[in-house]
Amino acid sequence: MMKLLKLKPSVGLLSIPYSLIFIFFFFIPLVLTFIISFWDYNEYSIIPDFIFENYSYIFKDCFNFEKDMCVTFKTYLSTFMFCFITWFFTLIIGFFVAYFLAFYVNSVTWQIVLFLICTIPFWTSNVIRMISWIPLLGRNGLVNDFLLYTGLTDIPQEWLLYSGFSIVLAFVHLYTLFMIVPIFNSMMRIDKSIIEAAYDNGANGLQILWNVIIPLCKPGIVIGSIFVITVVMGDFITIGIMGGQQIPSIGKIIYVEMSYLQLPAAAANAVILLALTLLIIWIMTKMIDIRKEL
Amino acid sequence: MLNKKNKTYYTCVFFFCLFVLFLYGPTFTIVLLSFQGPDGGLTFPLNGVSTYWFKELWRGGSVVDIGSAFERSMILGVIVMVLTVLLSVSAGLAFRKKFWGSDTLFFATVASLIVPSIVLSLGVALQFRLLDDFTKWLGSSLDINYINESFQTTLGMFTSGLGAQLTWTLPFGLLIMFAVFNRFDKSYEESARDLGATPWKTFKEIVFPLIAPSIIGIALFGFTLSYDELARSSQVMGAGNTLPLELRGLTTTVTTPVIYALGTVTTFVSFSVIGISIACYIWLKRKRG
Repeated sequence: MMKLLKLKPSVGLLSIPYSLIFIFFFFIPLVLTFIISFWDYNEYSIIPDFIFENYSYIFKDCFNFEKDMCVTFKTYLSTFMFCFITWFFTLIIGFFVAYFLAFYVNSVTWQIVLFLICTIPFWTSNVIRMISWIPLLGRNGLVNDFLLYTGLTDIPQEWLLYSGFSIVLAFVHLYTLFMIVPIFNSMMRIDKSIIEAAYDNGANGLQILWNVIIPLCKPGIVIGSIFVITVVMGDFITIGIMGGQQIPSIGKIIYVEMSYLQLPAAAANAVILLALTLLIIWIMTKMIDIRKEL
Repeated sequence: MLNKKNKTYYTCVFFFCLFVLFLYGPTFTIVLLSFQGPDGGLTFPLNGVSTYWFKELWRGGSVVDIGSAFERSMILGVIVMVLTVLLSVSAGLAFRKKFWGSDTLFFATVASLIVPSIVLSLGVALQFRLLDDFTKWLGSSLDINYINESFQTTLGMFTSGLGAQLTWTLPFGLLIMFAVFNRFDKSYEESARDLGATPWKTFKEIVFPLIAPSIIGIALFGFTLSYDELARSSQVMGAGNTLPLELRGLTTTVTTPVIYALGTVTTFVSFSVIGISIACYIWLKRKRG
């Protein structure tokens, strides 16, 4: 009771404006998306209702195993493939870049400078970074010029641009930073004396990497993986531009349905996408406590 | 300790250089290609050197109204930047102690970073659509002339667009504040309080100067992420498109180096903002140090 009587304006109140933004532009929109995924619609309006057609339409023919795989499963499968391949390459590249920065760069100033060099592209336009591959990978691009000149091929290679290859390349190009930052952060927390102890006990470089550094970097690896996987799961822009608008993705289905004003159908797809994404994250966060890592 | 200057070291250096080339090489090629002569195409070789495509861009030739899209993006970027700084710094201060709902808010912050952007964009668009319907219903049932005659939509750059972008920039701001306060030496503050300073004075004289360089970082994130934001903005900007949205449209229609010229200009803007921020950061650090 005494405590209540002495109640002063608390510092916690400072979080109110921030909270309001998240209530109004994050929480309510997601709840509405869930509700509207059960609504009906026609060409020009959405109609309050409680139907499951939007969901059953998504999985139409999906459980008829005599036919070919349904569009929905195919799209998810292709998106999962992009997730996995992108995750693999960003992890390998991100890990070694972070490893170099954390253990081989001695001066703090250089560490900051090189780290900034890796970060700066993140603050520039993604679309520009995507289209900047055109002069390199296109039919008359530099890579094809090189291949033709050296005689490695006789005809220009078409699979370089507007293909699965260029999509993965762009993802790796755009999102390796999401791996570098958390892994680097984990590495900087490793007590150097642990590594020295392992070394003094006769471990070689590879053993130190595998038995000491990688286990201690696990939180960073998990956080980076969450970022990369979720960003690829919901993507429709990179797959659109780098796939020449020909390769499907879940994000793209939602986007197209929205442009035809089939909002409840888009909402149903969004709910499934969100549920899958959350499931993946939930499994991954079981492994670590994110808050301790900042 | 890891041996310096051995084979692994040089492999790592080589690998890092390759990575930097991979990061910057493509952007460099479009900057190069944007300075072609009037006969230039989308690929190499360079057909002469000129600023023709920049003049073309400036004239607005064959391109939608890029000038006003640029202006809109800049204005929105500055507003997002200011709000991101104000809201995330104040929330960051609040988070130094546990408060009612702090765990939920932290969860929402992290969730906002990893919710697929198209889902969020859809959600905000739906919300504002319902708001429109509600406003129209209100107008017709209460017979409000103003609404019945001139109301069109609540969806717009400074309503839904601004909100959707904040859900992307604010988490970065708050996470930076967390990183700052986790390494913050509280003893300065405590001595100020012991000497009788009010909370506001303590903040103004002690805390703020100490966190000022990091605030520059938050501002940098706020502006650049808004200026280049595309996925979350895609459904919620209403009538006026921002620069990245126009740019995305152009990727399918424009087949001249004018798009590279535009790329060079926006990249230049981004780099200038980054440069200025880094300079401010260093200056503030020095002043303090």
